[in-house]
Amino acid sequence: MALPEPSGRLDRRALCRAVLADRGDMLVIAGLGAPAWDITAVGDCAANLPLWGGMGGAAMIGLGLALAQPLRRVLVITGDGEMLMGLGSLATIAVTRPPNLAILVQDNEHYGETGMQATHTHHGVDLVAMARGAGFARTLLVTRPEQVPDLRAAIHGAGLLFALAKIGAGAPPPVLPPRDGAFLQARLRETILGPAAHHQS
Amino acid sequence: MPTEDDAGTWPDRLYDLLKAHAITQVALVPDAGHARLIRRCLADPALSVVTLTTEEEGVAMLCGAWLGGAKGVLLMQSSGVGNCVNMLSLALLHRTPLPMLVTMRGDFGEFNPAQVPMGSAAQAVLEAMGTLVRRADRAEDVVPTADATIRLAFNTFRPTATLIGQRVIGAKTFGKD
Ligand SMILES: Cc1ncc(C[n+]2csc(CCOP(=O)(O)OP(=O)(O)O)c2C)c(N)n1
Ligand SMILES: [Mg+2]
Repeated sequence: MALPEPSGRLDRRALCRAVLADRGDMLVIAGLGAPAWDITAVGDCAANLPLWGGMGGAAMIGLGLALAQPLRRVLVITGDGEMLMGLGSLATIAVTRPPNLAILVQDNEHYGETGMQATHTHHGVDLVAMARGAGFARTLLVTRPEQVPDLRAAIHGAGLLFALAKIGAGAPPPVLPPRDGAFLQARLRETILGPAAHHQS
Repeated sequence: MPTEDDAGTWPDRLYDLLKAHAITQVALVPDAGHARLIRRCLADPALSVVTLTTEEEGVAMLCGAWLGGAKGVLLMQSSGVGNCVNMLSLALLHRTPLPMLVTMRGDFGEFNPAQVPMGSAAQAVLEAMGTLVRRADRAEDVVPTADATIRLAFNTFRPTATLIGQRVIGAKTFGKD
């Protein structure tokens, strides 16, 4: 179970570790900055695509991948700031309704990477309500460690999911993934498609 | 060879081209110039056609498509190019094949002043973001140019664009002919 920070809020690394435990062949996209460091801290692997840029695009990368690989579960883990930059994609994804896509927003109510400035969620903007309004039939708000097993089950289960976990403001030391995007793309393609990945045209 | 009916049928032949290239994901924000192609795509159950809220979503989506081994194309009008700028970083960083078919506004007999700034800047903006751009200003050039830029995208791993000139599409006049 994911233990809380001293503040009582969920610890982002413990949350990530719990969610990604026994992940099977799940494909994971992580938004730029801390979410990318989190999935890397849990364990860098070919099925991870940590982003170094493209702020606002993480969920849509997840959509394209989910449509391309309907038999694989795809998880997008991203920050509240990153999700706020791509709010329209909630509508696009809800309308497209890919059954194999889960989105998990780690909401610390701040832009962590740039010095902990408050995001709109700090002022009450409710991303879960926005996802519901966009048409996500299944949403989850997680605020307590006891809810994490249900979150994990929903993420690993079937169906389109939007989940948001309120996490503490703690910023654990960055654990950096490889920085070469071409490498990150090629290794993920190879893990899905095999060596043929490098001969597709 | 230009044929008699190039003027009217290039959207249908663009649809055939997408099929010939095994494109399976079509991301778009509608433009009147693409209306016929969009209708053809929507009628094809083998295509995932995704209407976007903003064009940059399509850039990210097609990066994801290629991660999963699917080929996609992004349809938009020239003003949508401005909405894509930073997201194109992803395609450059990852070396993702990303073909775009852009219908031009603001470049030939335009009626709407608002179309001119981004229409005039579209090619420069795309090129500034590392996109290989080719123009088609005659109906008979549309399909060969789109074919070339789609090939360049998937054979050489980069964003590419065909700009379909307003001269081909015709300028909307809002009844003020
Ligand atoms: C288009 C763009 N604008 C701004 C930035 C700067 N930036 C990088 S990470 C980040 C904050 C991300 O915040 P969030 O997604 O909430 O992640 P956190 O670090 O809080 O977990 C910002 C604003 C950027 N990289 N790209
Ligand atoms: Mg944040």
